[in-house]
Amino acid sequence: MTARIDISAVTRRYGATLALAGVDLTVEAGAYCVLLGPSGCGKSTLLNILGGFADPTSGAVRIGGRDMVGVPAAARPTTTVFQDYALFPHMTLLDNVGFGLRMRGMARRARQSRAAEMLALVGLDGAGARRPADLSGGQRQRVALARALAVEPDVLLLDEPLGALDLNLRRVMQDELKRIQRSVGATFVHVTHDQEEAMAIADRLVVMNAGRIEDQGPPERVYRAPASRFAAGFLGEMSFLPARVQAGRAVTALGVLGGPQTHPEGTRMIACIRPEHLRIGPGPALGPIDVLDTVFMGAHRKVRLRARAAPDVDLTALLPADTAPGPDLAIDAGAVTLLPDNGDTT
Amino acid sequence: MIRFALCSAYMALIYAFIFLPVAVLALFSFQDGRFPIPPFRGFSLRWHAEVLADADLIAALVNSLLVAVASSALALALGFLAARAVATGALRGAGMVRAAITAPLSVSYLVIGLGLLASLNLMGIGLSLGTVAIGHVVINTPLCFAICSAALGPATANAERAARDLGAGEIRVMALVTAPMIMPALLAAFLLSVTFSWDEFIIAFLLSRFDVTLPVEIWSLLRSGLNPKTNAVGSLVFMLSALAVLAVELAAARRK
Amino acid sequence: MIRAASIETRDRRRALALAAPALAWTAAFFALPFAVMATASLWRRTDTGFDRRPSLENYADFWSQSAYVEAAVNSVEITLAVTCLSVLLAYPLAWIIAVELPERYRRIALALAVIPFWTSYVVRSYAWSLVLAKKGVLNGWLAAWGLGALDLANSRAATVIGFTHFFTMLLVLTIYASLVQLPRNLRLAAADLGASRFQTFRFVVLPLTLPGVAVGAFLTFALCIGDYVTPQILGGGNDLALPQLVMLQISRRADLPMAAALSVILMVLVTLAYLAMARWMRPR
Repeated sequence: MTARIDISAVTRRYGATLALAGVDLTVEAGAYCVLLGPSGCGKSTLLNILGGFADPTSGAVRIGGRDMVGVPAAARPTTTVFQDYALFPHMTLLDNVGFGLRMRGMARRARQSRAAEMLALVGLDGAGARRPADLSGGQRQRVALARALAVEPDVLLLDEPLGALDLNLRRVMQDELKRIQRSVGATFVHVTHDQEEAMAIADRLVVMNAGRIEDQGPPERVYRAPASRFAAGFLGEMSFLPARVQAGRAVTALGVLGGPQTHPEGTRMIACIRPEHLRIGPGPALGPIDVLDTVFMGAHRKVRLRARAAPDVDLTALLPADTAPGPDLAIDAGAVTLLPDNGDTT
Repeated sequence: MIRFALCSAYMALIYAFIFLPVAVLALFSFQDGRFPIPPFRGFSLRWHAEVLADADLIAALVNSLLVAVASSALALALGFLAARAVATGALRGAGMVRAAITAPLSVSYLVIGLGLLASLNLMGIGLSLGTVAIGHVVINTPLCFAICSAALGPATANAERAARDLGAGEIRVMALVTAPMIMPALLAAFLLSVTFSWDEFIIAFLLSRFDVTLPVEIWSLLRSGLNPKTNAVGSLVFMLSALAVLAVELAAARRK
Repeated sequence: MIRAASIETRDRRRALALAAPALAWTAAFFALPFAVMATASLWRRTDTGFDRRPSLENYADFWSQSAYVEAAVNSVEITLAVTCLSVLLAYPLAWIIAVELPERYRRIALALAVIPFWTSYVVRSYAWSLVLAKKGVLNGWLAAWGLGALDLANSRAATVIGFTHFFTMLLVLTIYASLVQLPRNLRLAAADLGASRFQTFRFVVLPLTLPGVAVGAFLTFALCIGDYVTPQILGGGNDLALPQLVMLQISRRADLPMAAALSVILMVLVTLAYLAMARWMRPR
């Protein structure tokens, strides 16, 4: 019904390029895990390795404790929802959804009724006699999901499942996915480059870049206290302000930010400031500022500004529409994340 | 207006050129006389009757059908499998494989036929309808390969992957997913192969001995010079092909 | 860490297994015969069989005997004439069908243009010999209009006419295919920018359809120069074409080595034509 995934020290090389550079990841049974990253970050390669479509160059992959390396897709307790759905155009929806059961030798009558149940689960009851060409993109997505779930996989792999849908439909489907995952209980691993989608669905969010995992954990934690500069910048807007450790505190041009630091005196650090960290309230004030740009966004006003005290860094503030940016804007110092500055600028 | 007149005139001229030999052939197959040349002496079906009573011609027609269907089926199987191999992207040196399989397309049938003749002689294999079929598989495999390759794409590759993911073995992937998905291309490749084989002369001429195909039998009829019987064979073949094309068109129309 | 049979290795093996039958067939019945031909072209026919010591004497014979060279020249001349004539006849028709004709008539016009394909290849040449015979249809019409008779039977002209008929049909198809691919808006845009009909054709349509035409023309060249049937039926025994000469070596003289050498020369001519036309066949 569901299974835990253990990936340890997995690398994958394509010729001279390293698609995965030592990935360790554990996903608890029944969790909804989202792999998030820009294209080429290795998330699809990792999914292919889980699904049995590619081999790791080295490392171990276990699903439910069983070693998966070299096991073909058909023999794994996984099924995949493919990016373009890969529905069989010449079969009815019932035959599409029942295909995996047919391969397992289930009698026609039984698999048709099971397929009909699965179609009902994804909200397509009664559509079994139709063909994929008659469906909209969102409906095809649902059929692909039903087909992959019909064989009761322990782990469901979803490769950019919502990528082809328009924005509204994507938001509807992400809620649906979560609901379905809860009701079937299988472990879901979902690949996407859409951070909003990722944060909305994930129990466990994994941010990847350049073949490595940058950060992983509950989405809220990753958003609020990212473990790397990449993870910080990829999940929503972020400004980076240089800092230096003095007397156990991170000191920036705009004052002391973040909590106590254990790094040695003089260590260079980076303060990660989100737009919502700038507001009128307690904390170090920005002092005189220059407003670069203002965008009206309905309830909010997005203001790009520069503090005279830190003229090299553009800050973004998300202010209530009736609040004018001024020198009384202050940083919510406790919410700011501080990362060691290891020189990378991504 | 002038443009319309020019276009019409040109079309009329070219179509006249295109139809002329076929029309003359058909008309004089009904010639009531010994020569298929003007003047037309009256309408007679005796030459058609003579063709249908000619056991050699009928045998040749059956041979042609056999060779065409058998060689096309084999060529389609070889071409389809190879096209899949190349389309998976898993094949090393796919470009070389493609080049090797399509190479016979660029070589004249005469050269292919002669080469086969020489090799079969060296190997001590006697000529028969089977050797003709071998030759026709050589010329039709690249054709079937090319048509199947054009039909296979990311859509079929992904559907195959999905089928495999759901537990289908290789044979079921092909039979339940790939072949049905590209059925129109498979049919087109088969029919085109049948046409090519049915009409092919030089390889059949070089590689057959006692049992011959229809074009070879017609060739030997030509030795008797201009003869309404040859016209009758030609028109009958024409009608047969026309009926086949019509049947295919109707079948295609009904599927829609 | 060594893995016994990884997934991708299995995928590769499976692909290889799928390609193997076609590769084996092509190797056994195409590549091997081809090699046999090339080798045999270096043998010599003797009174008792073949002298299998390799030599270039067959090729030397080809150069030294005018009959051989003439046949090659004949073939090239006939083929070039046929290729040019067919393209010139087919292009306007393809144009009319693809551009001038209302869309609903296109399919039927195209189907009509290839109707003679349905007769047997051998019979088509025979049909032309009926038309062009001394007392045939053509001369009958000429006489009816009070014109003198033409003696086209068994001549090079008859061969060219028979070939042109066949390849015009073929080229209408290929040229039509490249014309319909051309978006109508391209022509409209050219006209909008002030190009005349001729300028539109010369600077927009022609360059874009040239690859299609070139591929068709090369196909015509290759098929035409290698064909035995049409020159044999329509050209008769006078002005021999290269394939007729090849068949003569086989049927009359049992000279396989010479036939093989002539075949190699045929292939060389086709390759030269390909090299000459390759640069127009690529879409730019």
